[in-house]
Order: sequence, then structure tokens, then C-alpha cells
Amino acid sequence: MHIFEFIRPQDSAAAIATAAQSNTAQQGANLRFVGGGTTLIDLMKLNVETPTRLLDINRLPLAHIENRPEGGLQIGAMVRNSDLANHPQVRRDYLVLSQAILNGASPQIRNMATVGGNLLQRTRCVYFRDTAMPCNKREPGTGCPAITGHNRTLAILGTSEHCIATNPSDMCVAMAVLEATIHVQGTTGTRAIPFGDFHLLPGTTPHRETVLQPGDLIIYVTLPPPIPESKQVYLKLRDRASYEFALASAAVVLTISSGDITRVRIALGGVGAKPWRSPEAEDALTGKPANEASFRQAAEAALRTAKPQSENGFKIELAKRCLTHALKLAAAG
Amino acid sequence: MAPIQENDDFSPDARNPNRREFLVDAGTTMVGGVIAACAPTYASSTAAPNTQGAVGQEHSASEGSVPITLRINGKDYSMRIDPRTTLLDCVRETVGLTGTKKGCDHGQCGACTVHVNGKRALSCLNLALMHDGQEITTVEGLGTPEAMHPVQAAFLACDAYQCGYCTSGQIMSAVALLEEPCGPDDAAVAELMSGNICRCGAYANIVAAIQQVRKHA
Repeated sequence: MHIFEFIRPQDSAAAIATAAQSNTAQQGANLRFVGGGTTLIDLMKLNVETPTRLLDINRLPLAHIENRPEGGLQIGAMVRNSDLANHPQVRRDYLVLSQAILNGASPQIRNMATVGGNLLQRTRCVYFRDTAMPCNKREPGTGCPAITGHNRTLAILGTSEHCIATNPSDMCVAMAVLEATIHVQGTTGTRAIPFGDFHLLPGTTPHRETVLQPGDLIIYVTLPPPIPESKQVYLKLRDRASYEFALASAAVVLTISSGDITRVRIALGGVGAKPWRSPEAEDALTGKPANEASFRQAAEAALRTAKPQSENGFKIELAKRCLTHALKLAAAG
Repeated sequence: MAPIQENDDFSPDARNPNRREFLVDAGTTMVGGVIAACAPTYASSTAAPNTQGAVGQEHSASEGSVPITLRINGKDYSMRIDPRTTLLDCVRETVGLTGTKKGCDHGQCGACTVHVNGKRALSCLNLALMHDGQEITTVEGLGTPEAMHPVQAAFLACDAYQCGYCTSGQIMSAVALLEEPCGPDDAAVAELMSGNICRCGAYANIVAAIQQVRKHA
């Protein structure tokens, strides 16, 4: 691990003012906020992240969950994953979020990991994590050995010829279907970013993963008011039953009236370069009868643009079955 | 090898230091060597910039180390550490409480599980400085051989270990689990213990030990 200066800012304004001096808010940043540390400290040990200054934001007052006056929930960026997943209102109104978080990592890590940090969770691609290997995400322009190498766990949606890394977050898949908004405070004030606009596709710049700029501090996430009578499911498929990243996962929020689907939100995890909301699958399902044939059609629509690599072609059928089964579970629930 | 003499002392203390004493002795010797070898690293860390607001700014930059106080098992420990020191290394190497184990050092095995302000956490994925002033509990703080914590007693009764390397992490997780939302069946316990890997495969007995404690709680 490279040496760094450890700084504990007194308030958000001080944190933002210092962080604004960073060369970038993306890969290669020489200044990083540290929250739970579960991703960042790991990557610093591997020398994948080499900040020269570390801003400890654990003591900033950003760990509250509050009701919004207009309805919905406001979740502070420093709320720990376990506190969010076990919050009574989240369990009641946003079950898909609770399920997604509890399907990720382990109790110890969920006690540490923050909501803000989880939004910025980094890929588990082995080439990204190994500084002896080239990687366009870690060192732009060096190439992507995953395309001709080990890619069994990597993405099939939203990839580019420069990067096929998977976004590993479970929480983000639920945030996508709940249509969360990410509130960021920066040097020029506060702005609200719709969840779907927050993460970037790799394209020719895989080192850029979000729209964040130097000095931007995620302060909270808001969830819209709960959808009445909605059925929610997060289903995760992986190589072992627990404590493992998704090979494919699906988050669904479903409303059924007289046997027909009147509203549905669908997102996939473990298969996308970013948390993968699927408007194609939602369009295919809206107004259709809630039966297996409709669910399978939606799954076909969701994976229509999938691009398999040498080792991960199985993920296309796996993701289809995952989504179909998640929709069945939701409809039956 | 010298022939055995009649008056040789064969008491356990003299000829067969127990495994723990041997390892502690060997560890002390090795740590001395490591510190010496690392001295240049500490020296090079003096190049770290020290601007306003930085922790430890009032201290000599020539050391590169910063002050920290941790309350571990009810006792305050004030020390100076390299800012890069993980909570795990601080507890083991700086404080000398070696009950907490280093397994993978990357948050994948759970051997380093401790309690921070009463909740279980992985000490390898946190810097000690992030916990300045906070309450840390390690396995040494749970009980003693004479007065074991109920979870420790249950691990003993249920034979919930083989080599023992993961055991302190398993026990710290199990003690925390008792205070967490957890369904009544074995599967719920297994799910909440999935962050603690046991290469010997003592899982069935670990679950049995935890269930024994929960049933008698």
C-alpha cells in the first residue's frame, strides 16, 4: 500500500473543498473519500487504488434514514448496508432493496459498507485487480486481456471492445427498479441525479464509471413513494449459496390487476457493465397477462442485445431463466 | 542429538513449551526482525505531505506515524502507528492481541472478525485510524479459559473446530449473530455465518454450537 495522508474533515463543506483538489473522481484519483473501506482498502492493498490523501467521512452526519415530506424515503450516504436492509420501512415498502442487500457480501461487510460506497462499488474482474496485467479500466490504453482470457463471470450487456467488466453491486440493481435519485453535493451546489444516469457505460473510457466530478460528495439517496400493491423480488444466482457475487440476478417490482400486468420495473445484475435496467423487458410485459409465456418473452427482450464472450455464453440463458423465475415468484407472492 | 541424561528436566515447561508459547516466542523474535527490516519504509513515509487538518499534524513529520487511541476489550491503548496500519495489524502487531487471525487479508474469509462498537466487522478491510476513539472487542475480551463466554463453551462442547485458525473469527461472528435478526432454523444460522470460511469444514458443528446457545438463551 502506498503512503497517504489521513484526513478527517470537520464537515461536508471541508470534505468537498479538499476533495475538489483531486485530479479526477474516477480511476487514478489521488484523493479518495473513505466510508466503510470494504472496496477501497482492498484495492489500496493491491495498489489498484493509490490515493495520496484519504478523507475519512465516517463521522459526517450522513447516516440517517428519514421520511420525505412529499412521500418516499431519504437514505443518508453513510447509512450502513445492514441498517438499511433491516429498516422496518424498507422491509415493508421496498422489499426488493432489503433482499438485494441481504443477498450481497456477508454480515460483517454489510455492517461496514455504506450506501454511498455501494453506489461506487468496483468490478471484481481479475485483470482490473491485478496490477501485473493490462487493463483499460485501471490504466487507459493498455488493452483488455479479459476479452481473450478469463471472462466467465464478466458482462454480456453494455460492454465495449475496451472493457467487459461486470458491475458487481446487488444494491444498485434494486435501486434501479425503485427509480432512486442520487443527491450529490459539489463545489457548485447540490444536484439530483436519476439513478439511470449515474453510472456510465465503458465505451472508449472504461476508467470513467460515474458522472461524479472532483469534490462531489454523495450525501443521500431518495426513493420515490412506494408503489401500492406492488410485488417485489430480488433473485440472485451464483456459484455457491451465499457470500458470492452474482452470475445473474434480477430485481422486479410488479403490479397486477385482474390478471394483467399494469406496471413493471425490471433490472438485471451480474450481467451488465452497469446496473442493468431493461426498458425493453418492461415494455414487453406491460399490459400482458401475468403468466410464464409473458415472463419468458420479457426475458428474451431483456437479453436481445447480449454479447457473449468465450467463457460466459451460458449467462444469456441463465439471466433469462433468472428473470423469468423472479417474475413468477413476484406474481405468486 | 545428545544422549538423554538421567537428570534431564522433562517437565512440560522446560522441554515442551506448549504450542501457543512457542508461537508467541517465535513471533516476538520475528517481529523484532521485521521492524528492523521495515525501518527504511517508515523513513520513506516522512515524504508524506502533512497539511492542515491532517491527523497528527502536531507530531514530528520525521516519523511518519500518527497517534491513535483504541479502547480494546475495555482498556485504552494509545500508540503511534503508520497510517496504513489496518485495524487487524494494529490489534495483532502493535497491541499484541494475537487471538484475532489474519486469513486472506482481503475480506474474503472472516478470520479477522472483531466487534466495532458492538457490531461485527472485518478488521482487515479497515484502517485503525478510522476507529480512533472507538470500542473494539476481540476474542480475548469475550471470556477466559476459566470463565468462558457461552458461545466459547458451546464451541468446546460441540467440537466446532478442527485446526482452530478460523475459530476466533467464527466465535466473534457467532456472538454478534445472537443480537442480529436471524430465523430459527439451521439454514438461517448458516446464511448469517457464511462470511466465515472454515477450510477444515467444521460447519455442521459450528451451527450446532450456535443453536445450542440460542436454545438456552
